[in-house]
Amino acid sequence: MPLFDKKDKSRYATFSRRSLAVGGGMALVFAVLGGRLYQLQIRDGDEYMTEAEDNRINERLLAPPRGRIFDRFGVELANNRRNYRVLLVAEQATDGVEEALDTIGEVIQLSDVQKKRVITELAQNKKFVPVPVAENLTWEEFSRINMHLPYLPGVQPDVGETRDYPYGPEMVHVLGYVASVSEQELAHDDDPLMSLPGMRIGKRGIEKEFDKQLRGRAGASRVEVNAYGRVIRELGKDPGVPGQDVWISLDGELQRFVDQRLGGESAACVVMDAANGDVLALSSTPGFDPNWFNVGVTGPQWRELATSDYKPLLNKAIAGTYPPGSTFKTAMALAAVDNGMDDLVVDCTGSIRLGDHTFYCDAWRIGGHGHVNLTRGIQVSCDICFYEVARRLGIDKMAEAAHALGLGSPTGIELPGELGGLIPTRAWKMARFGVPWQQGETLVSGIGQGYVLATPLQLCTLAARLATGKAVSPRLTHQVGAALQSYPLAAPLPFSDKAFAMVRQGMGMAVNAPGGTAYGSRILQPGFEMAGKTGTAQVRRITREERQSGLTPQSELPWAQREHALFIAFAPLDNPRYAVSIVLEHGGNAHTEPQVQFARDILTFAQKRDTLGKPTAYPIKEAALSAGGAVR
Amino acid sequence: MISRPYAVAKRTLGMADKLLDVNWGLVLLISIIATAGIAMLYSVAGGHWNPWALSQFSKFVLGFFIMIAAASIDVRVWMSLAYPAYGLALLLLVAVDVAGHVGLGAQRWIMLGPLELQPSELMKISLVLALARFLHGKSVEEVSKPLNLGIALVMIGVPALFVVIEPNLGTTLIIVMDGVSLLFLAGLSWYWIIPAVSAIVTAIPLAWRFVLHDYQKARVMTFLNPEADALGAGWNITQAKIAIGSGGLSGKGFLQGTQSRLNFLPEKQTDFIWTSLCEEFGFVGAIAMLVLFAAVIFYGVQIAMSARSQFARLLSMGVTLNFFFYIMINGLMVMGLIPVVGIPMPLLSYGGTAMLTVMFGFGLLLSVHVHRQVEIPRHSGGII
Repeated sequence: MPLFDKKDKSRYATFSRRSLAVGGGMALVFAVLGGRLYQLQIRDGDEYMTEAEDNRINERLLAPPRGRIFDRFGVELANNRRNYRVLLVAEQATDGVEEALDTIGEVIQLSDVQKKRVITELAQNKKFVPVPVAENLTWEEFSRINMHLPYLPGVQPDVGETRDYPYGPEMVHVLGYVASVSEQELAHDDDPLMSLPGMRIGKRGIEKEFDKQLRGRAGASRVEVNAYGRVIRELGKDPGVPGQDVWISLDGELQRFVDQRLGGESAACVVMDAANGDVLALSSTPGFDPNWFNVGVTGPQWRELATSDYKPLLNKAIAGTYPPGSTFKTAMALAAVDNGMDDLVVDCTGSIRLGDHTFYCDAWRIGGHGHVNLTRGIQVSCDICFYEVARRLGIDKMAEAAHALGLGSPTGIELPGELGGLIPTRAWKMARFGVPWQQGETLVSGIGQGYVLATPLQLCTLAARLATGKAVSPRLTHQVGAALQSYPLAAPLPFSDKAFAMVRQGMGMAVNAPGGTAYGSRILQPGFEMAGKTGTAQVRRITREERQSGLTPQSELPWAQREHALFIAFAPLDNPRYAVSIVLEHGGNAHTEPQVQFARDILTFAQKRDTLGKPTAYPIKEAALSAGGAVR
Repeated sequence: MISRPYAVAKRTLGMADKLLDVNWGLVLLISIIATAGIAMLYSVAGGHWNPWALSQFSKFVLGFFIMIAAASIDVRVWMSLAYPAYGLALLLLVAVDVAGHVGLGAQRWIMLGPLELQPSELMKISLVLALARFLHGKSVEEVSKPLNLGIALVMIGVPALFVVIEPNLGTTLIIVMDGVSLLFLAGLSWYWIIPAVSAIVTAIPLAWRFVLHDYQKARVMTFLNPEADALGAGWNITQAKIAIGSGGLSGKGFLQGTQSRLNFLPEKQTDFIWTSLCEEFGFVGAIAMLVLFAAVIFYGVQIAMSARSQFARLLSMGVTLNFFFYIMINGLMVMGLIPVVGIPMPLLSYGGTAMLTVMFGFGLLLSVHVHRQVEIPRHSGGII
């Protein structure tokens, strides 16, 4: 058998032929690979380059410092203080997280609850994410951490910023507070800052009203990250725009005095510049510490706030509505003078019958006030006199006058949640209850009872308008960032000078003339005298039986059934500069009139301090302001 | 069929002659590619020799000596060792499968001293040797005889079966393609080829239904629509395409590949090393690498054509095609043209067994080149 034959040759030929074919196939595949490279790298290269950059570069938001809030003298009411805190990075804690927490616990105070929270948070985050262990440390604690740092692997001391309210509860109802963003707020605000961890936004008061301006614009840091989100390095930084500062018209010292004077009572008080409506103090007690909400309010704290009868969460000055009681008589008297009743004289016997209903006056026990004209009606607060006034005016004219004096609709103060109170009319009652108006309701309205409701802020506005004769409206902000807030000039009110003069005289007598309802708590210091009108708002109906068997003294009733005590006033008597209103919830006491004492002390303090006379520390000169047309 | 060993060489070559006759151009090409691979491993480790580049370098050095040693051994010796090698590889393959089934979990390798040995990698080269040895004795007509064809298909099918149940779809594909190409080159009749191809086309839907594992099906589905699951299973393909595409014309520069350095690339040191190369050296660098690969393959085909025995021809074409199939499958896979199957890029990807078997394959190729004048009769079985 030959070693090689034709068959060898033929299969060599086949092999060569087919090898060439295979080679051709391989060349084709290489062409496909090359073509694909062209497609990805040359044709679509730019697109993929962008995607690679998107992968690599992350924008990290930087929170700008929140704008501060100042009072009229430039005193900081809300600022940002350094927040010394300790962070823990899980992956750097070489001895384990729990060991690290125990070691930290030896250096600063650390509760088991805190430790548990940190361990949970660490478990939820990636291993390189720093988790706060303790915040708001004192400088001393912070230094101790720094000193022990070599023995604390994974621990990072850090200085952040946190909102601080030096006045604490005294300002809370004006300033509001900041707290974490809720999910609902997140959904309705597309500001990128909202999703920043630890972001705080304004929840009430000025903090909420001017949140957008106070917040500022988010800065950003461009960082390179890897596939797991770990920051490799910073590529660039945009510091953002700090929040704008806000100057408000409040006088911090006066506010503090008012708040402390009201003490633990459930009360509200507003003090205003009678000439231009600058709110100098706006207090609702009790308050609460706004710093709690910033840090995170605890369960027991919240329960106490939410369930207390004194309603500390409610800003009673703007959102508490009360029957104005006899303070409303001032408005009625004003309307009466201009409706031909300037020489009205009523004979008060202590009660009056209308149909089968008897209406009583406070003086019914002693047989009435006798002959009463309008000024004396205000001085002694004669109900019978104002039943007559109301009967003659009719409810619609009464409502007209009340509206002109700032009642019945929100004043428009720059605070969220203001209520408008209520001034009833025939049309209102028909729409609301589907029942026609009764004349008895007109009489009751004439002494500020029944459906009539007003906020303390509206009552202060009423006092200021009575004092000046102009449509003064309350205003709270002076300047936001660089923008001066402008307000329209206060127009004269549609009442005659004679009417104002008579009402002021009546209010002066009520405080300063013997027999006046507030005589016992008048200001004795010459030149500082006030004029005012007391009021009482019943929270329950007094039955005929009670009247006959003798009224239970207010002080013996359960707290929640006592009358609200009200007072509006202005001072000094001639050329009034300060207007004030006070509502003392369930604080009725006809003998001591505590609410008048509060007003006396507050107006004395304000006049002695001369809040309006002092040069203000507003960032713009007063002269420039008045030249700009705003009312000063 | 038992053939006595006997030599027909006209002259015997000394060791020095053999070394001088080694195709040093091819060795240089291989070294350049391997060096580029080591450089890429250095880069994807963030500019560090550890954990991959140094280890790969030592594997390359070892592989280099294996290659030269293999080149200096007479091609007839390799012919004699073909069946024993095949048997041994099959035995190891069965051993891994059994080990996997007795509770050690899916396993693809066995430890041989410090060396992780993947029997499936050994199988590729062993199959090429054994098939070349078997087909060497068959004329064109004999190849197409049902009995011979049947034996050849069993030789291919048995290891393929053991590899596919590992499970290792990529390697199975290569084993089958290696075997079928050798049958084709040995002259398999078109009367077999055409019906077979038609049968395979109809079998694909059946395989989808009954053979493929869920994770393999998921890979195919992911491939067909990677954007549908860009952060899940489609992540690999999407990120690989971004890496390649963002390289642009000239690349981001050595050590500057953000996709691999920042860990966006999966398996960046093994199957996806090609994407790092494309990212850092761009279109220019990738095409240059393809040209180097093509040159190696060109050398392989040329060596095959110039060999004077059917065993040597089939062996060298088999080795060359094996090398090519690696490149083809890995290249098409990482560039998003076929589904992801676990196949490394030869000489570039990190991995000991692949490096050593590829280098050993080149050793066989060089041996064919050195001993290209050796003629082996159709009925010879080697010289041992």
